[in-house]
Amino acid sequence: MAIGQHHELHRRRRSRNVGVALVLIGFVALIFALSVVKVQQGDLMEGFDHQTRTSVLPIEQPEPQPATEVEQ
Amino acid sequence: MATTQIDAPAPEAEFGDFVALLKPRVMSLVVFTAFVGLWVAPVPVHPVIAFCSVLFIALGGGASGALNMWYDADIDSVMRRTASRPIPAGLVKPGDALGLGLALSGVSVMMLGLAANWVAAGLLAFTIFFYAVVYTIWLKRSTPQNIVIGGAAGALPPMIGWACATGGISIESLLMFALIFFWTPPHFWALALFMKDDYRDAGVPMLTVTHGRTSTRRHIFAYTLVLAPFAIWLGFTSVGGPLYLAVALVLNALFIHGGWRILRRSDTTAAADGYAVEKRYFRLSLYYTFLHFLALLIQHGLGGW
Repeated sequence: MAIGQHHELHRRRRSRNVGVALVLIGFVALIFALSVVKVQQGDLMEGFDHQTRTSVLPIEQPEPQPATEVEQ
Repeated sequence: MATTQIDAPAPEAEFGDFVALLKPRVMSLVVFTAFVGLWVAPVPVHPVIAFCSVLFIALGGGASGALNMWYDADIDSVMRRTASRPIPAGLVKPGDALGLGLALSGVSVMMLGLAANWVAAGLLAFTIFFYAVVYTIWLKRSTPQNIVIGGAAGALPPMIGWACATGGISIESLLMFALIFFWTPPHFWALALFMKDDYRDAGVPMLTVTHGRTSTRRHIFAYTLVLAPFAIWLGFTSVGGPLYLAVALVLNALFIHGGWRILRRSDTTAAADGYAVEKRYFRLSLYYTFLHFLALLIQHGLGGW
């Protein structure tokens, strides 16, 4: 049997490969669509970005400024 | 002349065989009931999020189907109805089915949590665990009440759909659960009445095998009586309305009547006409859930009470 000849087995393998490819592409498209909608809706989503998470830091109250006397 | 016989290679699975592991026909019921649960909930959901939620619920259902086929391959190969499933047919290796089931369970639960909320994801995880471990591994082979308990897993999808929208559980979603939960036993026992030999050969303690067929007929009728109040009660909640109530009254009258006819028949009479009444009742039971949920959907479009 010459190499490259097609066999029933190749058809089955191709069907698996194409199937997995389509599933992965579909999954990527789905995550993208989901992300767009979530961002548009203003959902609270925060990725880890090697920085201090500002949303978990205590709210800093501005220091009360001493009243300055108005110079005469 | 001597001929050389080369062993044919083991048949190789194609994509469709892996799809078959996810039980697409069961999945269609899961998709429909989960969608109705999500859509009739009082909180509007963005269409993309609704689509993703239903998809991941279906995927979770498919995952539990694959785990079920992995564990039950020995039973499936004995029963005529299931002998052509991918594992008994030798197309998919049991380990591959287990891997697919576990991977899809993880993906579906995590993605549902991210797409909708973690209450819904928790319910989905519970559903998969319940169907794969509590029903398939533990109770299916040990008690004739297996169908009753397994029905809980099939009844959860509308509750998960509802939780996707509302983030919680309420009387409406519990009643949708009850509708499927109490419908499952008469549905499967009617099937068991006319598929009698299969379950015995496989050694599954079906009620028909352990308690006899007369007792099964009594059980079917009893469950139709228990089911009806829940189906009608749902009509008086916020998701109900005149149309749903009318549909529920008609369907439950038919279902109780069918159960009564099954109860009144002896097995000799049934065998004589090829289980005509049982088969008709089984078909009615398929319409029963479909039409109840369709009525909920239409009622939602029309507006409730």
